[in-house]
Amino acid sequence: MLWIKERPGDDLVVRGARVVDPAQGIDAVLDVRVDKGTIAAVAETVDANGHRVVDGAGLVLAPAFVDPHVHLRTPGREDEETLASGTAAAAAGGYCAILAMPNTDPIVDSAATLGSLADTAKREAEVHVGFLAAITRGQGGDELTEMGELADAGAVAFSDDGVPVVSAGMMRRALQYASTTGRPLALHCEERTLSKGGHVHEGRVAAEFGFAGYPSVAESLMVERDLSLAAYEEQPIHLLHLSAAESVAALRRARGAGVRASGEVTPHHLCLTDDAVRSLDPNVKMNPPLRAERDRTALLDALRDGTIEAIATDHAPHARYEKDVPFEAAPFGVTGLETAFAVLYTRLVATGALPLATLLERMSAGPARIFGLDAPRIAAGAPANLVLLDLEREWRVEEGGFRSRSQNSWLLGESLTGKVALTVAGGAVVHEG
Amino acid sequence: MNSIRLVNDDLRPPEPPRRHLISIADLTRDDVERLLGTARTFESTLDRQVKKLPTLKGHLVVNLFYESSTRTSSSFELAAKRLSADTMNIKSSGSSVDKGESLKDTALTLGAYDPDVIVIRHPEIGAPQLVARVTEAHIVNAGDGKNQHPTQALLDLYTIQQDLGRLDGLHVAIVGDVLHSRVARSLVQAFDLVGIRCTLVGPPALLPREMPAETTTDIGVIRDADVVYVLRMQQERMQAGANYVPSLREYTARWGVTPERLRPGQKVMHPGPMNRGVEIDPLVADSADALIETQVRSGLVVRMAVLYDVLTGGPVGVQALAAAEVA
Repeated sequence: MLWIKERPGDDLVVRGARVVDPAQGIDAVLDVRVDKGTIAAVAETVDANGHRVVDGAGLVLAPAFVDPHVHLRTPGREDEETLASGTAAAAAGGYCAILAMPNTDPIVDSAATLGSLADTAKREAEVHVGFLAAITRGQGGDELTEMGELADAGAVAFSDDGVPVVSAGMMRRALQYASTTGRPLALHCEERTLSKGGHVHEGRVAAEFGFAGYPSVAESLMVERDLSLAAYEEQPIHLLHLSAAESVAALRRARGAGVRASGEVTPHHLCLTDDAVRSLDPNVKMNPPLRAERDRTALLDALRDGTIEAIATDHAPHARYEKDVPFEAAPFGVTGLETAFAVLYTRLVATGALPLATLLERMSAGPARIFGLDAPRIAAGAPANLVLLDLEREWRVEEGGFRSRSQNSWLLGESLTGKVALTVAGGAVVHEG
Repeated sequence: MNSIRLVNDDLRPPEPPRRHLISIADLTRDDVERLLGTARTFESTLDRQVKKLPTLKGHLVVNLFYESSTRTSSSFELAAKRLSADTMNIKSSGSSVDKGESLKDTALTLGAYDPDVIVIRHPEIGAPQLVARVTEAHIVNAGDGKNQHPTQALLDLYTIQQDLGRLDGLHVAIVGDVLHSRVARSLVQAFDLVGIRCTLVGPPALLPREMPAETTTDIGVIRDADVVYVLRMQQERMQAGANYVPSLREYTARWGVTPERLRPGQKVMHPGPMNRGVEIDPLVADSADALIETQVRSGLVVRMAVLYDVLTGGPVGVQALAAAEVA
């Protein structure tokens, strides 16, 4: 279940934009009229009916984005992000819906905690927000959470994100029991006896700088284990933030064999390699780490061919003082909600590496499909969840420019092309840029 | 029209970049040769009766050490004193670090005294860069985590050049725990810079993957080298359960540097502190072909050269020294 702040729907006409809705096969210059938050007409010309008219000439109008993986730090670290600030950041990034991970303090492992988050979301959320609940109590890996009650309370899926489910036996039990809820498991795959102490990908840069390595096989081995268990139990799993070529190959094989497995990839793993770590900037430190060029290419290929169906930011806000330390002392994680589309457009679409339609699909319908959400679409009768994109506009990522409470972006100081001009979520205009 | 610039912009002298010594990777071959030349000049002053030079009088050198150290901290302190600089030694234990102060805040605090040079040793990679960012001082890296120990590499080059008369074309085998060694990382880059061939030798788990150098587990290859450079087996990292090697005993049997594994006259180096009877046989350590004490002596003059170089940015001439002595 998703929650959003109650608001009256807006009346709006977007005139003459290039409407691109890949899931429905639309790519044409059209007018779109929204009546009280619902799409009323999509046609070559529509009557304004006295609505506010936004000139879409030269812009792209697409279904708004869905991020299946963010950290809202609430409860526990409201200094880093709140539901209000995180969803405002999402609105600025063109998102109409985001899913929050349960590794907060306390961890979302009870219906009571989830219920209080839902109440806050109903008051504060600028865009739809859904919550994943933990697989195991306290993400400790020992006891299953009460998944039935959590699902009834609105948990979208289950995840121990941040840590792996260490025991194969526990993972099997989780798969078995989650099946009764109809919710998928979203898995952080990391074999910790291999990654222990590792800060960066075990490759050339780790060797040169003396960083303890976090090898690719630490991820792919756990991916293979979980795919095997999912196949055996015939249950769906979703693989979070994939980083290694071997993981992608395993996912492709499993899907080919009929396993109901999906995967996601982050903008930073699509754009950067471990070469970026040479800067020693704590804002390129994340888990899983940035890997080699062959991994990056494999992720991009998998995104193109649909093996990976979703782009997820893994938006992970951190307080400035926590990142203002030497690389090894810094926590893992970077923000991403406000820059995801622009950086992927600049680095991948504008360079010809990825078609625009594929990017838009993997940022919206793809993740919605994985989590059983209604995909945002541009069709008469659908609730208005729209993003208007200016693909020509250049802008600079600056510390002062974020709606997020945290500024730990790997793109600080970078110039990007492509800006979110307007976001409509749940029928209301939530951002104008 | 676009190329017109304001005259004032052209006249303003460019701010010279602040000189640091953080990584060997930042140096050119010319830099290395200049530093070694400066060190030679300083060495010639060491046998004078009055060893102190007034060169850096009035400058403040802060030694900020977050890890234990004998030779590096003492030689930096003596180097600064020999050049008449004021010195301040801060150790992490017994300072505000014990009270949980962050590196950034400690650096800001020390920065308030306007030190000319901060010499820093820290267990985390990139700590010197952080201190460079938040202070105005020249930064000298005295070891950051497993990353770099550039003054060690320079003093080793100096030692090799003094003893073997050249650098270019030599072959050095580095033996032992390369994985955890910042000395090895700095040496690999330094050897590459001056044309020394380098082979890394050790047990598989202690040789990092994708290291930019030849690597082998075969101890037999050290006979081919001009110099055998023995790394310390860091016993604190070899605890039971780590399993880099089954035991120190087995390490010594298979990779220990013993007289039998060396050619007569082959030079041997070690950055210290040594574990006699573990990575190096006492007979080797005490032989006339061991350059280990020379390394310590080189450390003093090379660190004098480094302090001089970051502060003055140029080679030191004999004339300049003489003039300084008069003053």
